Amino acid sequence: MEIQFVLNGRRVTARITPSTVLLDVVREKGCYSVKRGCETSNCGLCTVWLDGMPVLSCSTLAARVEGREVTTLEGVSRQAEELGLFLAQEGGEQCGFCSPGLIMNVLAMERELDHPDQDAVREYLAGNLCRCTGYASQLRAIEKYLGREV
Amino acid sequence: MFRAKEYKKVESLEEAYELNQKRSNVLVGGMMWLKMGRGQKGTLIDLSGLGLDQIQEDDKEFRIGCMCSLRKLETHKGLNEYFDNIFRECTRHIVGTQFRNGATVGGSIFGRFGFSDILACMLVTDAWVELYKGGTIPLAEFAARAYDRDILVRVIIRKDGRKAAYITQRNSRTDFPVIACGVARKDGTYYFSVGARPAKAALVVRPVTGESLAEQARKAAEAYNYGDNMRAGGEYRRHLAQVYIRRLLERLEQTDHKAGEDAGRPEPESQKSGPWVAGQEPEAGRSGPAQEGV
Repeated sequence: MEIQFVLNGRRVTARITPSTVLLDVVREKGCYSVKRGCETSNCGLCTVWLDGMPVLSCSTLAARVEGREVTTLEGVSRQAEELGLFLAQEGGEQCGFCSPGLIMNVLAMERELDHPDQDAVREYLAGNLCRCTGYASQLRAIEKYLGREV
Repeated sequence: MFRAKEYKKVESLEEAYELNQKRSNVLVGGMMWLKMGRGQKGTLIDLSGLGLDQIQEDDKEFRIGCMCSLRKLETHKGLNEYFDNIFRECTRHIVGTQFRNGATVGGSIFGRFGFSDILACMLVTDAWVELYKGGTIPLAEFAARAYDRDILVRVIIRKDGRKAAYITQRNSRTDFPVIACGVARKDGTYYFSVGARPAKAALVVRPVTGESLAEQARKAAEAYNYGDNMRAGGEYRRHLAQVYIRRLLERLEQTDHKAGEDAGRPEPESQKSGPWVAGQEPEAGRSGPAQEGV
């Protein structure tokens, strides 16, 4: 079957099977920031936005994105770079494998929550696992990023 | 991950029902749990085009569509104001925001999973399940039923004035719960729900008595069976259930006292934990048969 959707502002067509997941489609389209992690809906590495909302692309049927808008890290590169600098300064990206998923979720959180405190940040990002940093450096970076002068 | 032969975004519930009668076909909710399965499916039946992803509220009830995400349940202002944030509490520990944007209420309730926070929480409310062919039945009755090929269309939660509280314990954040407890009270009746025992949650209805809250909690917790799994042993769960039920009862008491103080008037007679007299049955509500011993 064939689907059409908007990927990072560009209309694309993809051939899929009924059980293809969005993760495979966006990687096939060259969006390699979207990582294949646990594939059990737990780690958050494959986070993309579907109509602006963060979802797990490993658990989203590709057929369901017909006519919808998908955004990956490649589509928000300017904001991602800005947040990435804060992460780098705080040692918040070590192997870096989880960073794209984390960044997508932090940017979504920034839009959705108004001045979140650290508990709200931790709760919002609980679905983004990192096996390197122990989260402290990531949280420092996010706090500084959210508190920056825009 | 399973494979499927076809995908169908249905245009009506009747179409979905017809397709769902074939055993190899499967209704797709959020697909969080379903994707863990293997093997070959027939047709994936998608209800996402039927407008069942919203929560509607009027002065009598909340109508929650089966495709409503757990995140909507978590953030719905009316629902959380009416039930003192129990829906936020029962969802916020479930994996992460992205997961809850995908997972659906219908998938959680229809699955009747032992680990389901949603089922454990909703059971203490006056919740009903609207089935496409099976009519509207109490959630407690639905939870006890065997699986069939009907379609869960909506969960309806009536505004019957219950005060409710909910709590879970997890070994680590975002994990399945070790125990999940809900308590509600209306007039002279307590509604208890204990899930993740690890069996699925079930409703126990008991009268408010003159006994201490600790004793009422002990009796409620003893009404359930508990088992072992990799997360905890049955005896530990039994102990936790007793402690958490007592805490929830205390929380309901505190809420009443605060409400009484705020209103500048004495606590309503109907909300006091006075002695319950046999024969003067408190209103059992419409939440299915009162159950003792699950």
